Amino acid sequence: MASINPANHGLRLAVRYAVLSIIAVVFLFPLVFMIMSSFKPDLQLLQDTGSLRAFLPVGDLSFENYREAFERAPVWTFVKNSIIVTGLTVALSLFFCSLAAFSFAFLNWHGRDTVLAVILATLIVPFETIAIPLLLLVSKLPWLGMDGIEWGWLNTYRVQIIPWVADGLTIFLFVQYFKDLPHELVEAARVEGASWWQIYSRVVMPLAGPVLATAAILKFLVMYNQYLWPLIVVQEESYRPVMVGLQYFFQLNTAWGEVMAYLTLITVPVLIFYLALQRAFIASIASTGVKG
Amino acid sequence: MATVKLTDVRKSYGSVEVIRGVNIDIEDGEFVVFVGPSGCGKSTLLRMISGLEDITAGTIEIDGRVVNDLPPKERGIAMVFQTYAIFPHMTVRENVAFGLTINRTPRAEKERKVQEAARILQMEHLLDRRPSQLSGGQRQRVAIGRAIVRDPKVFLFDEPLSNLDAALRMDMRMEIGKLHQKLAATMIYVTHDQVEAMTLADKIVVLKDGKVMQVGAPMELYHEPANLFVAGFLGAPSMNFIEVVVESVRGGEARVSNEALDPIVVSTRGRPFADGDHAILGVRPQYLRPVEDAAGKLHGIISLTERLGSETIVEVALKDGKPLIAALSEDRVYATGTRIGFDFDVGKAQLFPREA
Ligand SMILES: Nc1ncnc2c1ncn2[C@@H]1O[C@H](COP(=O)(O)OP(=O)(O)OP(=O)(O)O)[C@@H](O)[C@H]1O
Ligand SMILES: [Mg+2]
Repeated sequence: MASINPANHGLRLAVRYAVLSIIAVVFLFPLVFMIMSSFKPDLQLLQDTGSLRAFLPVGDLSFENYREAFERAPVWTFVKNSIIVTGLTVALSLFFCSLAAFSFAFLNWHGRDTVLAVILATLIVPFETIAIPLLLLVSKLPWLGMDGIEWGWLNTYRVQIIPWVADGLTIFLFVQYFKDLPHELVEAARVEGASWWQIYSRVVMPLAGPVLATAAILKFLVMYNQYLWPLIVVQEESYRPVMVGLQYFFQLNTAWGEVMAYLTLITVPVLIFYLALQRAFIASIASTGVKG
Repeated sequence: MATVKLTDVRKSYGSVEVIRGVNIDIEDGEFVVFVGPSGCGKSTLLRMISGLEDITAGTIEIDGRVVNDLPPKERGIAMVFQTYAIFPHMTVRENVAFGLTINRTPRAEKERKVQEAARILQMEHLLDRRPSQLSGGQRQRVAIGRAIVRDPKVFLFDEPLSNLDAALRMDMRMEIGKLHQKLAATMIYVTHDQVEAMTLADKIVVLKDGKVMQVGAPMELYHEPANLFVAGFLGAPSMNFIEVVVESVRGGEARVSNEALDPIVVSTRGRPFADGDHAILGVRPQYLRPVEDAAGKLHGIISLTERLGSETIVEVALKDGKPLIAALSEDRVYATGTRIGFDFDVGKAQLFPREA
């Protein structure tokens, strides 16, 4: 690098931007298509799909699809349900999985490595294989409610939340991250008189920002996209999440404009959540090498 | 302030025994340094005293109380780590106060102690900084501050200076020395740097392969090493070991010689030797005086001269081909290839049995 040739340098920059732009466009096109289509009547929408017009705000634009989507389905109820289920699951999962991982990473107990191996082994079990046994289980479980013990968890929020709180992947992410933290920090805290809980809450978790962001986003995506499980455990509309709500738009004849309007609406919380965590997420990808 | 007593302390990892029966008595207020080569078990021993590592056998007493089964926080110790181990998400003040916050010390008292520690360590101006904004030396000060505020009975240091550069290491070494004078607390300090050991210690414990080689005051170990290992480990350049043959032993004295060494009589210091034994004569490079070739006890040819300013290191090939190092106090150039003779004070030479 004796001397940088400005022309050459400019060219390289141009190529780099061109490549990045293509990648960005590839990822953005479906989103743009969805949003543009949500403002178009069905007939025009279908005609436009053959051309670039599909990505442009042209023709007969209106909020008609949105109005009809709200008429067809209780959109806000579904969004609210998904936010409640996803939010609580993410929060509980971060807490319990990090606690479990803390124990695997820092405490010495008999059989620790075996238990961890078993937990990691659950990663290869697809959910579909346990869905039915799990359904039978939760349909009989007790719950201490306002008026004493009730039996069966179907048609509730808890049936959508509790089975998803603990999972091998989240525990694994935390264990890996904790093992990479300098061990002396924990030892110094022990010598200083901190209890294990204090070490967890005051030393380890404040340093776990990146892994918290990674785990939160992965969990968020899983939970927000839940379909099979809520489909079989929730029959009441008032507890249905957004993905199950999509069914309302695929009956007899599909109104594609409304589908696009509905999809646009339910994407908004994802974008808000993602933007909020974006910086932490990028930092965490850079530092853990985990890709979402 | 407290005494520390280790009785037949052992530690095994699986089937590997890394601490093999250690006995050490540490008096109240003493500054004890554990030295030894890498992997000899210094850190393990210190961590066993701290309670971070449990002990396989033996007893550890602090202040007359057996602490084998006590967790670290109940042992009244504070520890300073090689990697500082200060909490990156806390300010210096929060770091120093960590132990006090944990045990719910009242705010005013906490602040007073933090200020006091900061004053002793001259870091009042750093209290609101974050660790990432500190130099290595400043970070180590924070770690020491965190130890001071809790008034521990025993301070434990595990190579606290080895991540610092040479100049800073010397400064901090002196500060730790002063700190010990000021606090008069019992301190146990692990290092593999013999200068730190010699300058700081009231008592040095030399370890090798999980065993104590010798315990004593620095000068005692320097002048009267108990064995070849200690003799070779302390002192720089290290002691010359000359293979000799014992010609005769009489009344605590042995007459020894070899090809390059005219017969001399040295004290056996109670070690058993028999006529005809092969033995090792230890002579520190500093004790050698250059003399006319014919007059000296040792004769050889100069192969290398290093002038350090304060002293001159001369490497000589003895008549039997073995190298000899001399540290001469005068700054003088010796031409490579010239013959030279050395004289030394026989009383300061050590005779060791050759290790089996
Ligand atoms: N957790 C462990 N499991 C197995 N062996 C260990 C463990 N910790 C230490 N050892 C072994 O114990 C021996 C002593 O280790 P230790 O860390 O005490 O050495 P040290 O004297 O502090 O060395 P250094 O000067 O390099 O720090 C070494 O041989 C090391 O390999
Ligand atoms: Mg060590």
